[in-house]
Amino acid sequence: MSQADTTITTGGSSIDDRKNGFIKYVFFSCALVTVLTTLGIILVLIQGSIEFFQHVSIVEYLTGTNWSPVIQPYSYGVLPLVWGTLIITVGSALIAIPVGTATAIYLSEYAEPRVRKVIKPTLEILAGIPTIVYGFFALSFITPVIQFVFPQTGTFNAASGAIVVGIMIIPMVSSLSEDAMSSVPDELRNAAYGLGATKFEVSTNVVVPASLSGVVASYILALSRAIGETMAVTLAVGMTPQITANPLDSIQTMTAYMVQIGISDVSVDSIGYQSLFAVGLTLFILTLAMNMISLWVKSRYREEYQ
Amino acid sequence: MTTNGGGSRTVSTPESSGSRSDATMTDNAPLGSPRVDDAVIESRGLDVFYGDDQALHGIDMDIPERKVTALIGPSGCGKSTFLRSINRMNDLIDIARVEGDLRFHGKNVYDDDVDPVALRRKIGMVFQKPNPFPKSIRDNVAYGLRVQGKDDGDVDAKVRTALERAALLDEVEDQLDSSGLDLSGGQQQRLCIARAIAPDPEVILMDEPASALDPVATSKIEDLVEELSEEYTVVIVTHNMQQAARISDKTAVFLTGGHLVEFDDTNKIFENPESDRVEDYITGKFG
Repeated sequence: MSQADTTITTGGSSIDDRKNGFIKYVFFSCALVTVLTTLGIILVLIQGSIEFFQHVSIVEYLTGTNWSPVIQPYSYGVLPLVWGTLIITVGSALIAIPVGTATAIYLSEYAEPRVRKVIKPTLEILAGIPTIVYGFFALSFITPVIQFVFPQTGTFNAASGAIVVGIMIIPMVSSLSEDAMSSVPDELRNAAYGLGATKFEVSTNVVVPASLSGVVASYILALSRAIGETMAVTLAVGMTPQITANPLDSIQTMTAYMVQIGISDVSVDSIGYQSLFAVGLTLFILTLAMNMISLWVKSRYREEYQ
Repeated sequence: MTTNGGGSRTVSTPESSGSRSDATMTDNAPLGSPRVDDAVIESRGLDVFYGDDQALHGIDMDIPERKVTALIGPSGCGKSTFLRSINRMNDLIDIARVEGDLRFHGKNVYDDDVDPVALRRKIGMVFQKPNPFPKSIRDNVAYGLRVQGKDDGDVDAKVRTALERAALLDEVEDQLDSSGLDLSGGQQQRLCIARAIAPDPEVILMDEPASALDPVATSKIEDLVEELSEEYTVVIVTHNMQQAARISDKTAVFLTGGHLVEFDDTNKIFENPESDRVEDYITGKFG
């Protein structure tokens, strides 16, 4: 009887106790690495930006329509870069949202298990290709095709970048949307089928609305990825910061500008170098906002099933 | 021609091999009186397989018009499978395969030229678990009308009529635009019944519609089923024998292995069944 007591009190298992405590701290410090890194990045961005904004007014930065921080005459309006990012984001969304959603519906509602087993991994491979390869694909394939149709198109153009980023984020939309659609309970599908709905009707007016929060969240995450996308657009769209509505013109995105400065020979204490942090902070705030909207949409519109 | 394999251990269900010609008795007919005069649905030698497993063996029975037909039996006896083969819901299960005839107004619903979507518009269904759409009460009831193109004219009036018939209108009249998921379980199930009857089908299939509900909600559903049979042919699966005795006109007893053992008037089944196994089952000796 007393033996049984000692094996279940803490005194009887002090070694395991210490081991458990130790393991807990190992896991905790691993989690801490990511938190500290995030904090560090934010601090660096803010610090660099403060230096930048000591020389440039925030109003000029946010409203100016000319971006020339390293070549005279200097000008620090970030809007051309934001515009470039916007074109790529909207253009890629126009491709990825319809194609990705249709793919998700196909995989979740129409595909036989055998077909799904092939297509899903293929999509995941598409998501795993290095983005620089996509950029090369844009230059060597998509741009020539565009030039064939519109001969006046330059080597670097917004359309090519938007298309390739669109293709790149299709797997994100389709995979996350498919997860959301597959988790719609079969009871709802059966209810609709039992009322004489066709497969198309079941997909479009039962499954998609019921999984809307997950589907929309996948859109926002994909857009946030398009905003932050770097290598493919740096290669495909060129380095011409300008506000143009012509998708066949060369543009420059925020990320591509950061690459340009990052690898150039501007001196570390120049305004051109400091602008890197301001643009980086702007980009960080944009994608952070997108991710938070995605989380909000997910929790706000989540349907509870019994 | 479908034949049941050997291995049928049910004494009261002979091996299926006879002709399935029309209203004449066949070899795999169950005990009791499996033929009725005003049959809407006639099952003749219906076999259902899930992959290599045979879930139903030569089911042979009639379902009379505007009556309540109860399908009872222990779990896994195939009663739900039979119900779902009437409106071809089993089509949605990849590995399900059907042989034999299941006739609706004399037409085999498994013929190549039958559209299961059109069939399900004539044969509505209510499921075991209440499954309202995550939409408003109004949109739930109107859904069938919309997909069936019956949403011309006064949809609102049709919605209210269906809710009224499902004995739910009084409780939800002021909240037609709130979500169907906000209702209680029993109300949700009556909402699903309203949704099923709104497009005015001929037959309503119910798969243990009260098994997830409390006794009060259950008795409301039972009252409702009896009322519905004035206008609709109702087929109801239940594992609650008292429920079958209370609300049904005809009772089919399925026993383990997917055999229909006896089919007759409900009174006859519960008072004086021909099969000893059915008697053992309904008196609670097994199952």
